[in-house]
Amino acid sequence: MIRIENMHKQYIMGETVVKALNGIDLHIRAHEFVAVVGPSGSGKSTLMNMLGCLDTPSSGNYWLEDSEVSELNEDKLAEIRNSKIGFVFQGFNLIPKLTALENVELPMIYLGSSSKERYEKSKKSLENVGLGDRLYHKPAELSGGQQQRVAIARALVTKPPIILADEPTGNLDSKSGDDIINIFKKLNDEGNTIILITHDNHIAMKAKRVVRIMDGKITEDMEVG
Amino acid sequence: MGTWQAYRMAIKSILSNKIRSFLTMLGVIIGVGAVITAVAFAQGSTKSITDQLTSLGTNLIRVNIRARNSNRDVKYADLADFSSQNLDIISAIAPSISGNVTLKYGTIIKDTSLIGTTPDYALINKRSIQSGRYILSIDNDLRQKTAVIGSAVKNELFPDTEPLDKSIKINGEIFKVIGVLEEVADGVDGTDDDQVIIPVATAQRLMKNSRISNYTILATTAESVDLAMVKLEEFLLKFYSDSNSFNIFNSAQMLDTLGSITGIMMGVLGGIATISLVVGGIGIMNIMLVSVTERTREIGIRKAIGAKRKNILVQFLIEAVMVTGIGGIAGIILGVCAITIIGKMGLVPAVYSPIWIFVSFGISLIVGVVFGMFPANKAARLNPIEALRYE
Ligand SMILES: Nc1ncnc2c1ncn2[C@@H]1O[C@H](COP(=O)(O)OP(=O)(O)O)[C@@H](O)[C@H]1O
Ligand SMILES: [Mg+2]
Repeated sequence: MIRIENMHKQYIMGETVVKALNGIDLHIRAHEFVAVVGPSGSGKSTLMNMLGCLDTPSSGNYWLEDSEVSELNEDKLAEIRNSKIGFVFQGFNLIPKLTALENVELPMIYLGSSSKERYEKSKKSLENVGLGDRLYHKPAELSGGQQQRVAIARALVTKPPIILADEPTGNLDSKSGDDIINIFKKLNDEGNTIILITHDNHIAMKAKRVVRIMDGKITEDMEVG
Repeated sequence: MGTWQAYRMAIKSILSNKIRSFLTMLGVIIGVGAVITAVAFAQGSTKSITDQLTSLGTNLIRVNIRARNSNRDVKYADLADFSSQNLDIISAIAPSISGNVTLKYGTIIKDTSLIGTTPDYALINKRSIQSGRYILSIDNDLRQKTAVIGSAVKNELFPDTEPLDKSIKINGEIFKVIGVLEEVADGVDGTDDDQVIIPVATAQRLMKNSRISNYTILATTAESVDLAMVKLEEFLLKFYSDSNSFNIFNSAQMLDTLGSITGIMMGVLGGIATISLVVGGIGIMNIMLVSVTERTREIGIRKAIGAKRKNILVQFLIEAVMVTGIGGIAGIILGVCAITIIGKMGLVPAVYSPIWIFVSFGISLIVGVVFGMFPANKAARLNPIEALRYE
């Protein structure tokens, strides 16, 4: 499903060149639950941006479901993000002035779904994460854990093949964090492919496969559980 | 993404910041309101003058003597002679002396305009008498201090008494009211009703001006106007060395002049409108730029979950156009209210102009597109990763 070969990403900061990704090879199959773990600055978010088609690599190849992504233009990348990837961010990234339901509807708006379909699927998606009674709450009226669940509902609403989560528990207390991880586990059991990025070893161990990254290189790739 | 969605988003965004949206619209509201009001009054006064000119008919010729201190000044008597020798083409001639005077009756004081003229003036100007009589030749011959007053003068000086045979003071001199003019419903600013008419000979003394420089002449038919003008010119050239010393013009020429004045007026209004709309547009651009910066993160989120450049561009553009469009509608409402109120007060006649209402609405939409384009494009080009990182 995902195949990355010899991927490099460099940031040029004046005189110095930061090698955020330094030759990554990674292969992820459908239905996997992979944790990418590493210390701060190791290149996790950069990798996530590549996997999520938010950015293009300096060199290397990236096949996502048979299409070579590293060569696509901005609009094509937007289409892929819309239909193939569900993002869950550390900072939730909900739009404050929209209700939970409207936030979840957003990806479907850009997909071009009818308003009836949007409403039904978004409602169902929120019910799936246990927020069926919070449809019309604004993000500010929800707890951190609830906001992150809205974000997960949003990531799932278009039924994308891949869920990408960058430090999804980073802003949460451990109880809410555990809830979120349990949701991911459940989603994985239902067949979703999940890539979870974290600096927390303890959380990483809840995945089925752990990929360790250090200075832009993969140092370890192992099955767990 | 359907356009309907973009509209909904725009409405939401506008409503989420009502005061700011309103202040942003204000430039457009005032611009459009001012344009519509100004156009209505410009067209209104033009229309009433035009109506008046056309109601006087196409037989009218005006002569205006410009030269001064000539030892051979043309006299009313000369022109009266001339017209009696040309009865086939000229049916009436009236001299006029005009000025502003102060009327007094009892304790009531009123400023009005005075016209000194002859009996023909009523015929030429199609004025009729409501009560009493008009000026007669004998009033002129005897330099009688008689006055015919307009209905507005009557209403102010004689609110509940009969004016006939009452004595009023015009600039301190005593005159007898001999008649009241019939009211002219659609007169310009009511000036046709707000006037006093006295014999021209009396006026020459009262105004300390023995020289008459304005004459109104009625041709027998519309066809004889041109011939009458030629003959008048020939006649006047006996008194003056060149044709620059006097002006002879007819109703059609007056309408032409009026048309060009209206054109200039509309041009000036258009200029003012353009400036105010540009200023409004710059205000919108400014606020939209602030809004794009404030909503950088939102833009990042939208892009991350699949919004294309086009979607973001359209979203912000529609928002800008909606702000100016709503501003335009509010401006139209404001303008129409202003027209109605000022019209009710009877100060200036107004004409509602649907074309201008549509045009100014259209222009406000264009302002939205033009000035919204730069901020919207800025939003559309944001890099999603940087936008998401923006705090
Ligand atoms: N836009 C950027 N410009 C310059 N350097 C960057 C940029 N993004 C990331 N980096 C650098 O790349 C390295 C990896 O960053 P990142 O992927 O964010 O690490 P992590 O998410 O693991 O903390 C860091 O050294 C960081 O400073
Ligand atoms: Mg990071």
